Formats: sequence, C-alpha cells, structure tokens
Amino acid sequence: MKSGVLFVTLLSIRSLTKTFPGTKALDGVNFDLRAGEVHALLGENGAGKSTLIKCLTGAYSRDGGSVTLDGAEIAPRSTIEAQELGIGTVYQEVNLLPNLTVAQNLMFGREPRRFGLISSRGMRAASRAILQQYGLDLNVDRDLGSYPVAIRQIIAIARAVELSGKVLILDEPTASLDAAEVRMVFDVVRGLRERGLGIIFVSHFLDQVFDLTDRITVLRNGRYITTEDTASLNRVKLIGHMLGRELEDEVLHSRPKDRGPRPDMLKFRGFGRRTAVEPFDLTVGEGEVVGLAGLLGSGRTETAEALFGLKPATSGEALDAGRRLSLRSPREAIAAGFGFAPEDRKTDGIVADLSIRENIILALQARRGWARPIARAEQNRIADDYIKRLDIRTTGREKPIGELSGGNQQKAVLARWLAMNPRFLILDEPTRGIDVGAHAEIVHLIHELVAKGMSLLVISSELDELVAVADRVIVLRDRRHIAALEGDQISGEAIMRAIAGDAKEGAV
Amino acid sequence: MNTRTLPLFVTIGIFLLGWVICWLQFPNMLSTRVIGNLLTDNAWLGIVAVGMTLVILSGGIDLSVGSVIAFSGVFIAVMLRDTTLHPLVIFAMVLVLTTAYGAAMGWLIDVLAMPAFIVTLAGMFLARGGAYLLSIESVPITHEFFKTLQGAYWLMPGKGRLTLIGVLMLVTVLAGMIIAHKTRFGASVYALGGGEATARLMGVRQRRTTVVVYAFSGLMAGLAGIVFAVNNGSGYSLAAVGAELSAIAAVVIGGTLLTGGAGYMFGTLIGVLTMGLIQTYITFDGQLLSWWIRIVIGLLLLVFILLQKGLVKISQARLARGEA
Repeated sequence: MKSGVLFVTLLSIRSLTKTFPGTKALDGVNFDLRAGEVHALLGENGAGKSTLIKCLTGAYSRDGGSVTLDGAEIAPRSTIEAQELGIGTVYQEVNLLPNLTVAQNLMFGREPRRFGLISSRGMRAASRAILQQYGLDLNVDRDLGSYPVAIRQIIAIARAVELSGKVLILDEPTASLDAAEVRMVFDVVRGLRERGLGIIFVSHFLDQVFDLTDRITVLRNGRYITTEDTASLNRVKLIGHMLGRELEDEVLHSRPKDRGPRPDMLKFRGFGRRTAVEPFDLTVGEGEVVGLAGLLGSGRTETAEALFGLKPATSGEALDAGRRLSLRSPREAIAAGFGFAPEDRKTDGIVADLSIRENIILALQARRGWARPIARAEQNRIADDYIKRLDIRTTGREKPIGELSGGNQQKAVLARWLAMNPRFLILDEPTRGIDVGAHAEIVHLIHELVAKGMSLLVISSELDELVAVADRVIVLRDRRHIAALEGDQISGEAIMRAIAGDAKEGAV
Repeated sequence: MNTRTLPLFVTIGIFLLGWVICWLQFPNMLSTRVIGNLLTDNAWLGIVAVGMTLVILSGGIDLSVGSVIAFSGVFIAVMLRDTTLHPLVIFAMVLVLTTAYGAAMGWLIDVLAMPAFIVTLAGMFLARGGAYLLSIESVPITHEFFKTLQGAYWLMPGKGRLTLIGVLMLVTVLAGMIIAHKTRFGASVYALGGGEATARLMGVRQRRTTVVVYAFSGLMAGLAGIVFAVNNGSGYSLAAVGAELSAIAAVVIGGTLLTGGAGYMFGTLIGVLTMGLIQTYITFDGQLLSWWIRIVIGLLLLVFILLQKGLVKISQARLARGEA
C-alpha cells in the first residue's frame, strides 16, 4: 500500500461550508487525513463533527469548499456512492442486521452468484477469508445477533473496509463496549492503520482518543480550531480547545471535600435479584453520593433497577430509618421518594415527541394521578423554572424534546425528577454521550443537589466522574458488590485496581 | 444450533406429530388420496401465503389479499359471461391487474411512510367494493376450459389425485423459496424486516424493494383467485372473507416472525398443510363441529407466539452470559 511514503495526504478538506436555515453548521473547516494514521475529530455537541462526517458520507451535500480524495475532487451524494469512492463508516450501533447471518452481513449487496442465484458456499468461503484478516474464526452461518457487540463492531469494520478500503470513519464505535472489548476493537483499528488506511475517529471518551490516535483536530461552533499531534497535547489543553475556555484544573478531576460520615437514611440488607445481581448490603446516608463502578454487565444497572423496583428484588429488605419499605414497583419507589434517570435516555428516559414541558412534569403528574391534572400555568411555571435553573438550551418550553442535544435532554430528564423533590435519586450514566461542557454542568449540579441534602446513587463508566462526585464508591464485578472505597481512598487508579484485582481472584 | 431454525423444526415437528395422531385414529390418513386432496383444497391458501410470507419477512402485512381473491374470481366469471375472450387471456389480465394493485399499495406505503396495516386495509375495502361493483350475485363459470383445468391430474399410486392446481401450489412455494433465500432481492427483504434504517445504510433500495414485495403479494393473490375460481367453478364477491387472516396464521404457524426479518418459505408450506390437516381430521371425525378448526389454530398461533418470544429471551440470555 501507500504507507511506504511518509505522510501521504489521503483526504483533504478545504474551507468546507454547510449552512442550515438559521445556522452555519460548518464555516470554512479544514481537515487533512493521512494514509496510515488514526485522526481524532473532536468537539462539543454542535461543534460540527457530525455535519462534517455527513458531508463525507454523502448524507449532506456541502454548500462550499472542496473535498479531495487521492487528489481528485469528490462530492458523494449517498452512503453507497461514498463507499464506492472509498469512504466507509462505522457508527455506534446501527451498522449491521442482527437477523442476518455473519456471512450475509459481510457480503450483502455483492453476494457471489452461480447461475444467477446466490451461492451459499461462495458466501461462506469469501466471508471466512475476510474475517481471517482480522483474526476472527467464527461460524459465519450463525445470526450476527448471537455474537457480542464487540465482534459485531469488528464485522462492521471489516465490511466497511471491504467495500471502501481507503478512508474509514469510526463514529463513536466504542460507546456500547466494555474495556476489554474496546481493546479488541482498537487492535483491529491499529492493524488497519498499518495497512495504510486513513481512519477518522470520533469519540467522547478522551482516554480512548489519547490511547489510539496519532493526531487530533478540534472543531468548535462549526469552525476549525486546531490540528495537533496527540503526543503533544494533554487533557487540560485539549478540553481548553474544545470549550474555548481554560477549565480550572479540570472540574472533573477535583475531589469534593471529605464531608465525613453522613447520618444513615436508607438501608438495604441482603438486597438482590436472582440472575441479575447477588444480594448486597448498602447504606445510603443523608446527602451522600454513592458511586457504583464496574465493567459493563457487572450488575451496576441491575442494582439500580432492583433499588427502584423496576425489576424488583427477589431477596432482602429495604429500611427507611428502621421502617420497612416496599419497593415492588417504580410506583412504590416513587412514593418512597426515589427517582431514577435511566441509562438509555432515548428509549427509557425521554418521550421524544412530547414537549420539554410535558417531559418535565411527567413524573409529577403521574404521582398526582391523571384525574387531577396540574394547571397549565403551574406546568409552565415548573418547566420554565427548571429550564432556567438547569440551563437547558432551547428556543422554548414547547419544543419537542427529541430535537434537543443529548446533554439538554439529559438535563430535562433530571428536571423531571428534581421537580418531584426526591430524597434519593439514582443516576445511571448521567453523562453518557453528552459533550464536555454539559458534562461539567451536570457534575456541578450533582454537587449542588447534595449540598441541599439529597442523596444520590451515581452509576458511571467514567472513573474521573465518580472520583469527582462520590463520597463512597462501590465496585461491582460479576453481579456482586466486591469493594467499597471511601474518602481519600477514592481515585481512578484505586477503582481500577479494585475491579482488576478481583478479576485475578475470580480466575483462580 | 442457530435459534432462527428452531421455529422451522418445531413447525415440522408439530405437523408430523399431528399426522401421526390422525393416522393412529384413521389409518386412511396416510393414503395418497388424502394427500392429494390436502394439496388441492389448500392450493389457493398456499399460494397466497407465499406472497404473505415475503410481505411479513419484509416487516409488513397485506390485509388486501382476501378481497383481491374475491375480486379476481368475480372478474374472471363476469368476463367469461360477457366477453368471448379465452380464459388464459383473462387470467393474464387478472394477474396484471392484481400485481399493479399490489405495487400501488407498496408505493403508497413507502412514499407516505404509512403503516402497511392502514394502506392494505384501505386496499381490502377497495378490492371488495370493486368485486361488488362487478356483481353482487354469485356468477357461475361454465367455460369448457375450466372443466379441463378442474379435471387435470396425475393419478398417484393408491388412486390419489395429484391435481394441476396442487402442483401449481408446490411450484409456487418452490419459486418463493428461491426468491426469498437465493436472490439479492430476497436478502433485501430480510434486511428491511431486520431494520429499515440499517438496511438503507447497507445499500437496500427501500422503495423498489417495498413496491416489488407488495406487487408479488398482489400477483400471488391474483393467482390464488384463479385457483379459487377453478376450484369452485364460480365467482362470488363474498368469497374468501378473512382469507388474509388465514394466510397470516399459516405464515406464523410456519415459524415466520410476525415482526419481520426471520423465517422460511418452506415453513409456510408446512403451516398451510398443518391447517389443512386439522380441517381433514375434523372432516374424518364427522362428530366434531367446524369451530374446532379455529380453536386449534388459535392455540397453535399462541404456541408459536410464545415460542418466538421465548427464543428471543433465550438468545439474549445467552449473549448476556457471554456464550458467543
């Protein structure tokens, strides 16, 4: 391949401009991709990353500027056309079809044929040959859906490379993977880099960006900010570029003041759910933030669901200042003053077609019962109040919530529970998929809530976030609560050690 | 084993089990006569179910087929009564009409982004109304050619009659199997049933595929209408009421996932034969009343819906345990 020559520019974007009614989504953006590099494209939500990528994949057509691939000007008008030109894309989730076999997914649209009919044998041989390049030895006749997400993601990458073969765009490819799976996918990406592909990597996980990429380009508000070698950047500088303001020593990393032990409020004894999470003991103090750490599938979400009665516990008891609590359903949990902002905002959190106002008052109205509607003026007051307090960026309270950015949707979901004035709020991945600015705001918000005496249970894959907010961190592994860290013990490294340390024990 | 093939095996298992039960009680069930009649009597249902299978695999539904069958029958009968055209010419006209009708529905479904349920519901009323418009009365068909078609059969050993109509149904199923499993169009149909957005990303031409799927279903409904007319020797606008539901039932009992994207054409044949078998059993028994057919079919449907739900759960649990 072309990797023999150093720094061959594969894809070159010059003064790219794209305007939508009312906004300039891209304003004179430059971007260069070399053959044989992994190039991160970073920016907050609304910076123009996805618009840029959509201009490359043919989902949008540009209004100005030039895009050249291998020296020739291109203007793809559909994903298929972009693929034929050599630009393949892998998204977070919707790449392939779980109901088709691995072979069908890999070969879709170019199935080998004999006598005009698809040859199963040819399909099998061709797809095995492709997967071999990635060190995968799978039964290609099985449904794709029967393989874990990481394998699916690698198969998606393999398909994209087969179809295009020059430029590979990875748009948040690791958002649903755990740490080991991320390593697996990264090894594949590094292999492709060796083969001379140009790879554009978009991710919210800055750790991964530093781990994988060679160069970083930052966009902000539709403008090009900078391109730098990854090795020459540090987190603070990078976030500074992204936000356009220097964060004071990264809000995310600062520990809250050790506020000492809190008076006990809720006690869970032997609480657990068969096949979901082993029985555990948990005490939550008044105004305390308890963090839950662990890999994907370690039982974090299951713990939250059991506490909230969504998938009720099959053993143990919950005590509220010595009184027994029944938590058989979310309804009972809400009555006990619990709130729960789930992980999958899109499917479990928001009702996309309803307005921000309706989403915010949803839980409040549900508690009152539908027979006693909240007066419209009151609804407006509550909605406006939270829009202001949480700084939800919108043109008005009647805008469908689905049209907001991820961070603002998350704030609205938080507002729904804050309006209930809960004593105990469970946040499952409160900052997943939202930009750095909103991220910092939500961390601030958590500090504020705690100061008012609310107790929180925060589940997060981002260790920094737990370090920044939690008074106590419970570590889970294999559906068990295996360790608790308190006060000064809490650090990203300590949490990782706790997860990893027990991994060894478990292997014995 | 692939969880997707399990419903097919269950379908075949239930069919064989049913046959054994019938045979234990009535040894005659194994005769070629019964087999021949099973194929002939259920030919129209089998043909229309082939079209329905493709529609359901694509993630849609076609409620219009029963009305289209009735319309086709009345159209044939009225044309034969009022013109001197040869039946084959009229058959060709029917097939062109019903295919275009299906294509139009498919086009509307895609262009308006409307649920197939609503569009084909409108199609169902429209076709039934069209049949009434042609004739409210049952119109007898007396053409000689129809007698030839009705009498065309190959005598199997044991004096069973393998009729032209029965063979036509088997050929249709075979064609359906090839289309669904061995062509790129078939792969596109499965892809659409698996997820429209993803299918588009993978290069499926959604509009073309949707139009062809419903056109094919229309073609099959027209063909079933011809077979229905040949079987009954008349065209009647009130015929085949609820046939679309029988076809859907056959597809589901055949192991196809009602939400689309998973299933086998061959399963549909077994589904049709299973429903025919129940009918035959009740006829043999003579004591049982015909609503038992519906009760048994209802129970079978329930079994398959539970089975499919269970399978989804099992494969999810497997994935969660990390067994790739």
